[in-house]
Amino acid sequence: MKKYSVFSLVKNALNHHKDWDVAWRDPEPKKEYEAVIIGGGGHGLATAYYLAKYYDLKNIAILEKGWIGGGNVGRNTTILRSNYMHDANNLFYEQGMQMWKDLSQELNYNVMYSPRGILNLAHSDAQLNAYARRGNSMRLNGIDAALLGREEVRKMIPFADFTENARFPIFGGLLQPIGGTARHDAVAWGYARAADDMGVDIIQHCEVNGFDIENGKVIGVQTSKGNIKTNKVGLCVAGSTSILAEKLNMTLPIEAHVLQACVSEPVKPLLDGVVTFGAGHFYCSQSDKGEMVMGGDLDGYNSYAQRGNLPTIQHVLTEGVALFPNLSRLKILRTWGGIMDMSMDGSPIIDKTHIDGVYLNCGWCYGGFKATPVSGLTFAHTIACNEPHELNIPFKLDRFHTGHLIDEKGLGTKTWIS
Amino acid sequence: MLEIKCPYCGNRSQNEFAYGGDATVKRPELNTEVSDQDWDNFVYYRKNPRGNHLELWHHISGCRQWFKVLRNTATHDIIQTMEMKENP
Repeated sequence: MKKYSVFSLVKNALNHHKDWDVAWRDPEPKKEYEAVIIGGGGHGLATAYYLAKYYDLKNIAILEKGWIGGGNVGRNTTILRSNYMHDANNLFYEQGMQMWKDLSQELNYNVMYSPRGILNLAHSDAQLNAYARRGNSMRLNGIDAALLGREEVRKMIPFADFTENARFPIFGGLLQPIGGTARHDAVAWGYARAADDMGVDIIQHCEVNGFDIENGKVIGVQTSKGNIKTNKVGLCVAGSTSILAEKLNMTLPIEAHVLQACVSEPVKPLLDGVVTFGAGHFYCSQSDKGEMVMGGDLDGYNSYAQRGNLPTIQHVLTEGVALFPNLSRLKILRTWGGIMDMSMDGSPIIDKTHIDGVYLNCGWCYGGFKATPVSGLTFAHTIACNEPHELNIPFKLDRFHTGHLIDEKGLGTKTWIS
Repeated sequence: MLEIKCPYCGNRSQNEFAYGGDATVKRPELNTEVSDQDWDNFVYYRKNPRGNHLELWHHISGCRQWFKVLRNTATHDIIQTMEMKENP
């Protein structure tokens, strides 16, 4: 792989950009691999990258039914944060936040990491108290957080509704200064290019149709491009997890739901951080192109459709206009949907399974993008060492049996209630 | 927008309804021996099919009746709606 640098940019510019290498190869599958990762999204690509980098597995394949980065890694709202309450989540996601800092250098690919701050707004005294508690929990785990009053918030977002008539007046907010955004497609492409450079075969348009299991051990996978022998299979298929699990005779504590997001027409710089509305479910940031990137609730019924319906978009944007009245004049440029693998306690699952050599990475709900590096690292450890990394010990599948749930929002199993 | 045919009120817009989840989940019988596995399956484990899904909906801004809907999760097509005592 030729390193990207300012010199390579100048050299190729002078040469009319005719000599750029392809960023990754398009190989045919080999007969056998040391490890096969199913799913060429952010988590699958990162897992393969860390397997090759830290765990000395060189003969690795990623099998992707469509094209890499075509699923949720290309459909999210690009937000990075670790502002959780429970220790397990705090420590796990904060490791991810530390990895984002130098990811562009590590991958030699600009992921446009931007620690612009994430501000959760509070609209009552009780909510501000709850945020103080969450901020304390973060700080006890070494994560910076600041509790802001109404006037401090007004300085950051003066165009929010601070009038007497606001339906949900802003009392203050909890700021995670290191939270922010990254360019989601670049994350997928950066991991793909770096993994390919270490010899990982990225095989696109290759669907997994079944698994070869012998005496409780996996010995291969059946794909649309033929059978592939392997002793280690990692599932990183997010919304499609239950479909593959069924082929393994597994039922999981997961439901697939559709989550929509949308962007407005581009406008001049207005919002320099990420802001979440506390009286409903609405969040907003501004992309580098100037579009307002907005999202909110799940549509709220089981779905594999990757598209939702207008009532939810209307509901979410009503909340948006309640917070930022000046959004009401913008036109929506596009909306889209992705399939969320909603786990029954709202936290992910990274674990071994009852089949020797089959590993599970799923249940990301609507928070998988920010975890891409740390999910890849811990899942690679779990696959290579056949035991969890210390950070993903709490995210075991059997917590739904033992009762050690990580229910951050206290919603119970009704994951469609946002 | 989904248009859902309430068995009592006829076709109404999605806005009037609330979702109630998988209708095939059965609570273990009372006064019988219930294994941990049975209980786990009832509380947490879901078939989560891509395709036809029998589910509960509540006509919460209408007649407030619960009923069952057979709906395709891949296309959002509603195949059949029925009263709680009925099956597809």
